[in-house]
Amino acid sequence: MTAGDSASGAPFGLTAKRTATTGTDIERTVRPRVRRGLGGWLLIAVPYLWLLTFFLAPFFIVFKISLSEVAVAIPPYLPTFDLAAGWDDFVSGITALSIDNYLWLTEDSLYWKSYVSSIVIAATSTLITLIVGYPMAYGMARAPKAWRPTLLMLVILPFWTSFLIRVYAWIGILKTEGLLNQFLLWVGLIDTPLTILNTNVAVYIGIVYSYLPFLVLPLYATLEKLDESLLEAASDLGSPPWRSFWTITVPLSLPGVIAGCFLVFIPAVGEFVIPDLLGGSDTLMIGKTLWTEFFNNRDWPVSSAVAVLLLLILVVPIVLFQNHQQRATEKGR
Amino acid sequence: MRNGPSWFNVTSVALGLGFLYLPIVLLVIYSFNDSRLVTVWGGFSTRWYGEMLNNQQLLDAAWVTLRVAFLSASIATFLGTLAALVLVRSGRFLGRTLFSGMVYAPLVMPEVILGLSLLLLFVAVDQARGFWTIIIAHTTFAMCYVAVVVQSRLTGFDASLEEAAQDLGCPPLRTFFSVTLPIILPSVIAGWMLAFTLSLDDLVVASFTTGPGATTLPMKIYSQVRLGVTPEINAISTVLVGLVAVVVIAVSLMTKRQEVRRQRDIRLAEAQQA
Repeated sequence: MTAGDSASGAPFGLTAKRTATTGTDIERTVRPRVRRGLGGWLLIAVPYLWLLTFFLAPFFIVFKISLSEVAVAIPPYLPTFDLAAGWDDFVSGITALSIDNYLWLTEDSLYWKSYVSSIVIAATSTLITLIVGYPMAYGMARAPKAWRPTLLMLVILPFWTSFLIRVYAWIGILKTEGLLNQFLLWVGLIDTPLTILNTNVAVYIGIVYSYLPFLVLPLYATLEKLDESLLEAASDLGSPPWRSFWTITVPLSLPGVIAGCFLVFIPAVGEFVIPDLLGGSDTLMIGKTLWTEFFNNRDWPVSSAVAVLLLLILVVPIVLFQNHQQRATEKGR
Repeated sequence: MRNGPSWFNVTSVALGLGFLYLPIVLLVIYSFNDSRLVTVWGGFSTRWYGEMLNNQQLLDAAWVTLRVAFLSASIATFLGTLAALVLVRSGRFLGRTLFSGMVYAPLVMPEVILGLSLLLLFVAVDQARGFWTIIIAHTTFAMCYVAVVVQSRLTGFDASLEEAAQDLGCPPLRTFFSVTLPIILPSVIAGWMLAFTLSLDDLVVASFTTGPGATTLPMKIYSQVRLGVTPEINAISTVLVGLVAVVVIAVSLMTKRQEVRRQRDIRLAEAQQA
């Protein structure tokens, strides 16, 4: 069994409920070695080959190009050896590779600042999302049973509508002459419009808004499963509600909290659209840096090196997440 | 529920949903604003919808996007369903761990990395970029979402149904079409829809893998948004949001009805047995 086998290891909100409630009893049985004919092999080969070609192989190319030199050419990097050109060319290609791009990333403070700032922004937004999302998931899980499917649908629906459009909608709200400032001026809370758009605050709002469903859904799934007799027992024994909440509900909902936080944090680190549209020129995020390096500076080798490092940074939380999910499914049995 | 919903629970859910929906609602309202200044209300008007329909570039982009989304969602549903079958039903085989890793990794992979790596692949094999390279790129990440959706359905149902069919001499392919597929169909449809909307929505991966002549709607919207908010974009956005909402609600109602019918059939069969 690998971590990836658990269906609930999927960072996909829509399935969170189903996998959490029905469990995956198939996985409990020892995976048999199935006898398979030609059809069986073909079944494996088709998706396997597709993913090998279009998902795995490209990473090796990124890695190779991250070791190349930038050049004014098409494509804009050197050396451009290909395997068909024979062994000698291959060897000369290998010897021309260098780690200069990675050294460059350590020398120019823009890059490591982008990495650090991406992680800080992603972590902060994850925390805010948790603070906003927990009461919401809790309220949904405690709603009358007949309402729950509708509430769930209402949380999922924005997730289906365009991400770009939802981020765009915030521009009209947050800008200086935008709707939020108009409202606050009208109420009389402020005298001069606030500058929110093109600051980090706007980025936080954008990330919390866009990723809220990712946190609410797994959290809701764990909170809904929570055995209410535990809370009743506690209250019968004289525990006040807030104390039952901290000593029973919170610890039992921890798997959902952790899963939800990873689902917000991991994609937020590499986010491009939100910092680009809502952030300011001083908002440093690595996805944006990579984009600029690639599309504006046309430095393919350096953007490849940025991508490789980003991947290395994300491998740690991804593996942690997978392990956590696997433990959670095993415990749930 | 013993105590019924408390005011705290109701408030937090209402605030949360308000937060999720208010921006979209405002966007829709202001798409009917007569004024060119997006945030000043100048009376009700549908003129921006008219302008949108006269914007040929925009319509071209929309057409490209719809074709890309349809084709990539269809290929992704095919490949993703196969991948789900492999994960759940194929037992052990060499490279299984790698395979499941490759299915799950794209779900959390930053789009900039997916886009960049595919572009570099296309450049390395000297493939001209455009319509088909976007389709390949979208298929690649969408099939993983389809695989996850279908997989969760496959793990939820009894493999003994398929085994019974095969024991009775039904060939594997026929077993799949007459036993497995009808049961997993709702999840296959959901997977297709998810793949479709993911493709419809994607800006980053498409920007990396596109070439001359293939501009998708998100790319078009993005380049206009960078120049500022316009009522016309509000109008397109409203159309897109409305389209997705109608389709999602319709399909979920449909699959729900199908599920209810299936449950009824199961009960009926059980009753007859008894």
